[in-house]
Amino acid sequence: MGFSKDHLLARLQELQIDYSKYEHPPVLTVEEQAKYVSSSEGALSKNLFLKDKKNRYYIVSAMTDTKVDMKVLSQRLGLGKGGIRMAPEEALSELLQVSLGCVTPFAVVNESARDVSLLLDQKFKNQTRCIFHPLSNDVSISLNTLGLDKFLQSIGRDSVYIDLEANPVVGKDQPPDLAVYVPSNSVVVPELPTKTASIQTASKNVSAEKTKPVASAKPSKLAGNVKSAVEDSALLVFKNPEKFVEEILDKTTALLLSEGKGENVEALAETFRKRLTSEFTHLAVMYKNTAYSQGFYAGTQSQPKRP
Amino acid sequence: MEVDKKEEIASDSSEQVVNPWEVSAKDGGKIDYDKLIDQFGCQRLDESLIDRVERLTSRQPHVFLRRGVFFAHRDFDLVLDAYERGDKFYLYTGRGPSSEALHLGHLIPFMFTKYLQEAFKVPLVIQLTDDEKCMWKNLSVEESQRLARENAKDIIACGFDVTKTFIFSDFDYVGGAFYKNMVKVAKCVTLNKAMGIFGFSGEDHIGKLSFPPVQAVPSFPSSFPHLFPGKDKLRCLIPCAIDQDPYFRMTRDVAPRLGYSKPALIESSFFPALQASGENGKMSASDPNSAIYVTDTAKDIKNKICVNGGQDSIEKHREIGANLEVDIPVKYLSFFLEDDAELEHIKKEYGEGRMLTGEVKKRLTEVLTGMVERHRMARAAVTEEMVDAFMAVRPLPNMFE
Repeated sequence: MGFSKDHLLARLQELQIDYSKYEHPPVLTVEEQAKYVSSSEGALSKNLFLKDKKNRYYIVSAMTDTKVDMKVLSQRLGLGKGGIRMAPEEALSELLQVSLGCVTPFAVVNESARDVSLLLDQKFKNQTRCIFHPLSNDVSISLNTLGLDKFLQSIGRDSVYIDLEANPVVGKDQPPDLAVYVPSNSVVVPELPTKTASIQTASKNVSAEKTKPVASAKPSKLAGNVKSAVEDSALLVFKNPEKFVEEILDKTTALLLSEGKGENVEALAETFRKRLTSEFTHLAVMYKNTAYSQGFYAGTQSQPKRP
Repeated sequence: MEVDKKEEIASDSSEQVVNPWEVSAKDGGKIDYDKLIDQFGCQRLDESLIDRVERLTSRQPHVFLRRGVFFAHRDFDLVLDAYERGDKFYLYTGRGPSSEALHLGHLIPFMFTKYLQEAFKVPLVIQLTDDEKCMWKNLSVEESQRLARENAKDIIACGFDVTKTFIFSDFDYVGGAFYKNMVKVAKCVTLNKAMGIFGFSGEDHIGKLSFPPVQAVPSFPSSFPHLFPGKDKLRCLIPCAIDQDPYFRMTRDVAPRLGYSKPALIESSFFPALQASGENGKMSASDPNSAIYVTDTAKDIKNKICVNGGQDSIEKHREIGANLEVDIPVKYLSFFLEDDAELEHIKKEYGEGRMLTGEVKKRLTEVLTGMVERHRMARAAVTEEMVDAFMAVRPLPNMFE
């Protein structure tokens, strides 16, 4: 089910999105692309396909002159200083189903890319037109960001524009401002390059396998899968007894470490009760609700007993 | 928002207007809750009732009770009397799903209802009035149904117990025993009466006229034969914002004629909008800056909070102190800061000028961000299957445990 460029272009036409098309020999770099598509047609883009340590993937699409500092980006996403790097080639073919040199915002049209977070340079919005590859590096198209937004909306995604050059302080009191765009699901891509990604012809459908049993959770339409990293583990906490207990112990020990200095034991116990009761009850209720829902669902699917 | 003319409550701008479709204060001032209580004929929720709640539930009363957010009631004392005798009750609350974005003001009745469910160990029905919004906001049927489901997720994230909670949307559930009760209620309310209570006029479509029974009948246990079979005398307690009072005045009027108990109510004041002056009614989904949304980031929250009670300069502030009457952050803290002692301390220090606006804003940002974060985490755990489970027409065998 890998989308082909023709598929994509047809879809853009269906959606009545205005774009201009430029065909040229296959290009692998922006410099090469610039030789064939002049800047009068629109602003060229550089597109990075990135991955973090927890197997979550990101496409960062920026104006060619925008400085993208990977360390800053990593911090702003809440991944620490060196948390993000270029994704390996296999991921390109498995998840985005495009070839080298062809990373493009349009790649998120593929089902396999549903958990890839797409971050767009807000400077695109000031341009009349911007240039991207429509899933193939022998074609470039220029279109206005409104057209891109319309397309993304049609596949259930919100357009996320950010100031890529901003370098806000990230610390205890200043949470990472882009953390909300970290995908809630991680993806494991098989190490061996099992297939060449040729997307000109709509090739065999390969969707990456997920490791986590995200059984019943369908991706929320609301934000096209861009949720905070915290929510990823939230799902497990409510399904998995060990994670549940871990969460309780984490919170309890954190409170102990922050309040336990010099307090007498009785006072400490009181503090614990006061501060933790409502939070833990809430956790427990969600755990119960999750278990009940799974049971309920199983009930709807179960076969009647044989007579 | 629809503005419906009303005969019972004067609607010119020199009087305050409070009905399910419009809330505005007199001459752009503050809502006069004492006057409202008089006008509507409900009771003040006084200290003695709050103490009783504490005794009966063996736990600290919810912050909204302590701070007077839920401040009025009808027959709550009777419900407590019955409870003491061993006669339980069930809770009924609801939401009109008119927008996907929920703000903190929307969550307040649900947060309080959750507390009531836990404290009294009673079941709950939650009505999603998708039909109402379809009619009043002119949404398509599909859209209002979709919004109802989306809102259900945020409601579930407030922490309701699935073994004691039934959520239903009108489009799904109206029919059967529920509809029979609707017809019974409708027969008891003349057109003139409805126009008087709700301000309907000859220009309004008949859908609107026929809606009030839909919101009335969840107060009667026989509307839910799968939940309360044979329990026709079970009492109902309705936590809601005070603008919903007209529906239930009508219901209470009709109930004895149908041989049902009158539902009791426990009513809240309005959650103040973030903008101090101008829009002095409640936080409104139609004005994004007036509200803190459950999807807001820490940064959004920080930016939205505007401190308005401080004085113009630090010197002046230290001299006269803050204006606690109008200060929005202090109002918000009184809603959400659990610790009574800390709130008193802040009010004292800020009111006497020793604490500056920045500090108050910081504390509020912390509190709100914490709440919104916790809600988001819980919301992320709500799956489609969980919504299906909450909304399934199924018995709740352990509802009073």
